[in-house]
Amino acid sequence: MNWLMVVLGALAGAPLRYLTDRAVQVRHTTVFPWGTFGVNVTACALLGFLTGATTAATVPPALQHLVGPGLCATLSTYSTYSFETLRLAEAGAKFFAAANALVSVLAGLGAAYLAGALATALLG
Amino acid sequence: MTREHPEDDAPAPGPEPKPTGWAAEPADPDTAIDPWPPKPGRPSRTPAREQAAILSVIALGGALGACARYGATLIWPTDPTAFPWTTFWTNVSGCAAMGVLMVLITERFTVHPLVRPFLGTGVLGGFTTFSTATIDTQRLLDGGRLATALLYVSATLAAALAAVWAAAALTRRAVV
Repeated sequence: MNWLMVVLGALAGAPLRYLTDRAVQVRHTTVFPWGTFGVNVTACALLGFLTGATTAATVPPALQHLVGPGLCATLSTYSTYSFETLRLAEAGAKFFAAANALVSVLAGLGAAYLAGALATALLG
Repeated sequence: MTREHPEDDAPAPGPEPKPTGWAAEPADPDTAIDPWPPKPGRPSRTPAREQAAILSVIALGGALGACARYGATLIWPTDPTAFPWTTFWTNVSGCAAMGVLMVLITERFTVHPLVRPFLGTGVLGGFTTFSTATIDTQRLLDGGRLATALLYVSATLAAALAAVWAAAALTRRAVV
């Protein structure tokens, strides 16, 4: 059951990451990879909400697996994030490379904490 | 990055060498399916059939990658207060594989157009995870493990970048 939930979450998460990334990337002309940044921070917020909800209330394990290792973990990506950071640095955009590396981490953590607090406020 | 103004520059000695391999491609590998650079104005549209095939292989690859990652967490469970080695190695190995893949498909072989969405966006994108790493960090911080949290964030980032770079460099030496 847990495996099935992970697969179902991933079947939605991976195409959503691709579609969101592309939808964002055609709407700006900067070199900053806003698409990957956006999906990663969104996934952190969702997973932060789930973590907060699991602490504040009873969340069925099936739902936890669907949203956690299934949807959120697959929606976010580390391989594309680090590849894009390296490509920015190689292309001479050192500032954007460093900004992408650091701001993604900080924004992800901030989103996780805010969403966790929201879950606690709603369900606690 | 600012746009270059050729008229402001001193006369160039000759035409600039054209970037080749992955240097010729956009930083975001997911946008490389479209012609690059994009034509100004309306976003380019991929035909519906092609788009459906791309989305299908991404979903399939994502499910495979997620199963491998989830399986790893079952085989090597991590104590909530300890350094999250399983997620660390998942992300670092996925980044190394990304370095190998991108060199192979942009500099060595001409592959079927669905190979990159399947392996890069699907399998490796689904295998690696930014959100789990972030929640690992949050859990360490909440548990008062400030030093472990800082070490985990910086070590994952440094090792992931080093893995992409080193894997790409080694692959180039070996096959290109």
